[in-house]
Amino acid sequence: MYTTGEIKLNGKQKVNSVLMDNAIYIVLALLLVVITVIDPTFLSFKNFKFIFTQAATRIILALGVGGIIVLAGCDLAIGRMVGLAAVISASLLQSSTNKNIIFPGLNLPVIVPVLLVTLICGAVSLINGLIVSKLSVTSFIATLGTGMILYGVTSTYYEKIGKASPIGGLSDSFTHFAQGELFHVPFLILYAAAAVGIMWFIWNKTKLGRNLFAIGNNIEAAKVSGVNINLTIIFVYLIAGFLYGFAGSLEVARTGSATNNLGNGYELDAIAACVVGGVSLMGGVGTIRGIVVGVIIFQVINYGLVYISISPYMLYIIKGAIVILAVAIDAQKYITRK
Amino acid sequence: MDSDTAFLKFENISKTFPGVRALDSVCLSVKKGTVHALVGENGAGKSTLMKCLFGIYCPDSGNIVLNGKLVNFKTPSEAISNGISMVHQELNQVTSLRVMDNIWLGRFPMKGKFIIDEKKMEADTRRIFDNLGIQINPFIKVGLLSVSERQMIEIAKAASQNAKVIVMDEPTSSLSEKEVAHLFVVIRKLKEKGCGIIYISHKLEEIFTIADEITVMRDGKVVTTKAVTSISIDELITLMVGRKLTNRFPERSNETGDVLLEVKHLSLRYSPLVRDISFSLHKGEILGIAGLEGAMKTEVVEGIFGYRTKSGGDIILNDTVCNNSCCRKAKKNKFALLTEERKYNGVFPSMSIKDNISIANMEKYCCAGVVNDRKANKEVKWIIDTLKVKTPSTKTKIRYLSGGNQQKAIFGRWLLTTPGVLLLDEPTRGIDVGAKYEIYQLIINLAKQGKGIIMISSEMPELLGIANRILVMSNGQIAGILDSKDADQEKILRLSARYL
Repeated sequence: MYTTGEIKLNGKQKVNSVLMDNAIYIVLALLLVVITVIDPTFLSFKNFKFIFTQAATRIILALGVGGIIVLAGCDLAIGRMVGLAAVISASLLQSSTNKNIIFPGLNLPVIVPVLLVTLICGAVSLINGLIVSKLSVTSFIATLGTGMILYGVTSTYYEKIGKASPIGGLSDSFTHFAQGELFHVPFLILYAAAAVGIMWFIWNKTKLGRNLFAIGNNIEAAKVSGVNINLTIIFVYLIAGFLYGFAGSLEVARTGSATNNLGNGYELDAIAACVVGGVSLMGGVGTIRGIVVGVIIFQVINYGLVYISISPYMLYIIKGAIVILAVAIDAQKYITRK
Repeated sequence: MDSDTAFLKFENISKTFPGVRALDSVCLSVKKGTVHALVGENGAGKSTLMKCLFGIYCPDSGNIVLNGKLVNFKTPSEAISNGISMVHQELNQVTSLRVMDNIWLGRFPMKGKFIIDEKKMEADTRRIFDNLGIQINPFIKVGLLSVSERQMIEIAKAASQNAKVIVMDEPTSSLSEKEVAHLFVVIRKLKEKGCGIIYISHKLEEIFTIADEITVMRDGKVVTTKAVTSISIDELITLMVGRKLTNRFPERSNETGDVLLEVKHLSLRYSPLVRDISFSLHKGEILGIAGLEGAMKTEVVEGIFGYRTKSGGDIILNDTVCNNSCCRKAKKNKFALLTEERKYNGVFPSMSIKDNISIANMEKYCCAGVVNDRKANKEVKWIIDTLKVKTPSTKTKIRYLSGGNQQKAIFGRWLLTTPGVLLLDEPTRGIDVGAKYEIYQLIINLAKQGKGIIMISSEMPELLGIANRILVMSNGQIAGILDSKDADQEKILRLSARYL
């Protein structure tokens, strides 16, 4: 104890540290192996296409909240932003042949409502960022509050326009926007890939990314180094909001209809995926790759374990255990040993 | 046991840290019912010795003998249960709890298994307070009390643990004269009860008032132990300081030019002790800031940098007022601040060396918010080479480097911003002797380039060795500015105590 200089690891410790650093990949590989052993038909292009398609919106959401977690915050309003985006975009993009159409004769091009909800969620998340940075409210409380408010707003809108029945009968172009394919690759996967690319660039190649990690690592040192703390926080929330809004419109186009409850609980899935992917809740640590793998692990559990006929209730038990295990492994790295 | 025999004895304690012999065969005996003062410069080994006593460090060799028995405590709580307590400089109290809760925390008197015996707790608290002449309401919340009252509670707590030896580390550093007098009354009461007290302090006058014996430490060794009656203050200072200063510092080859920076009547909003700070800094000058712990040296430079909120005063750079209202503005005005607490506000532990070095200079590497990594890498490599930062690669996380290399990296961070005024707060803290020399050389080279440098240090030889002038602070005010040609440690010590 209390020695300085390099820490020399013995052989066993080295193995341990390699295992710990790659724990999520090992978990993913184990899952795939177990599922394949039980049912070899699992290994097919179709199944993996399903997994990735279902993971797409979740990846986009997790990428959004990932930045906020790197700031040592969290976002509990994700699900409600998804709901808001879904309800608004669905209401504006119904098929003209739908008898219960809410706004007849609107005929908007798909991009307009999608862009609109993306901007709306961006604005809402920006407000979260302002509350967190300028008013020094912890993100947990700030987003808990705005999440409740959003649910109220979405539900009111939903009740007024849709008479409290699910908004469905979406226009073909909107459905195609999410469900279409390009050379057998679903659009959803392409959107997710684009989001991954953009976020990777922001995290690794921009000043915003550097400042994000600096603040997450040591906010006081960031202050002294002349990092604009508030502006960085606000930008991170803004980008997260854009992603939530876009993912919300995809989610309704993918499933075909929206209620005010759409998105309920998505925030916890997204946060859990980030955490499993190695984004530390203490802030300052995380990778885009880890987040993507984290989401995919959950999706493999969701899809693969059902594929081998494991009860869906069992899934919760397995997922819960994995979240705790992931954080426990992560915590081992940062415990100060005396 | 008669009171002349030693109750607590350190026998030939040695402790080595990589590159430093922190304790070298230290012997010390504390008798019952006496106050034993332990004096010496920062880094002389006083705290290390106490940490060995409390089991925070494990000595390499030597024995600690308590009441005739060999002891080797593994944890502070083990030491406490064997009758050794410490009153810390920083008070570790639960401010939201009441006075008596704090005293009995962890060992509440119980009625049965689950219920706390409040009556007994109150009665016991009052009994101890009466014994020591302390007048504090046991029911008041600790957070509402003054520092001195909180210290009294710590002492009462030690007494409640039946402490036979109480270590007091700079107990008067934040007390007023009247409060010190009260503390001394309490200490005398403890003495009467046969308690031995190890009293660590920089304030020599106080030591002569309260101590029975004095042990002087220097460079990890005990220089001497004397009865307080057989030594004078001047002799004591000579003993504390006496060491040769050969070849520890590079030659001061910088030349002082015109006035670069003027600080006029600076005072700080949230550190009101800092008031009316006025001085000037010339181009190419190294201005040292000296002062005891609690003299508010750090606060002053942090105020100049805009990291702390000012309540008044002006900062004038090159004849233009540039009130650095936040760190970003200070950076724009070409100020740099190397902070004292690397961990607290220096390093980004989980980020790479490269990011740690380049973070303050992003504007220069960015085009429309996108970082040009090639440009950044080049400059980072230059820093690593010039400052001889020992790291496996630029991508290594900084927390894997030693303290000295971390310090060099952060120093490098500020060199990249090409500052005109460098504020260096304890730039050589926790760095081994070789690296220190390199940092001194670097500071002198920067001064030679015409930059103005303000350097805080609690090591006086360091200031005398490389600063051109030394500003001595005392209790938040400037006690004097000495030309280092005619300054010596004694003068600095005297000035440091001016407003205490």
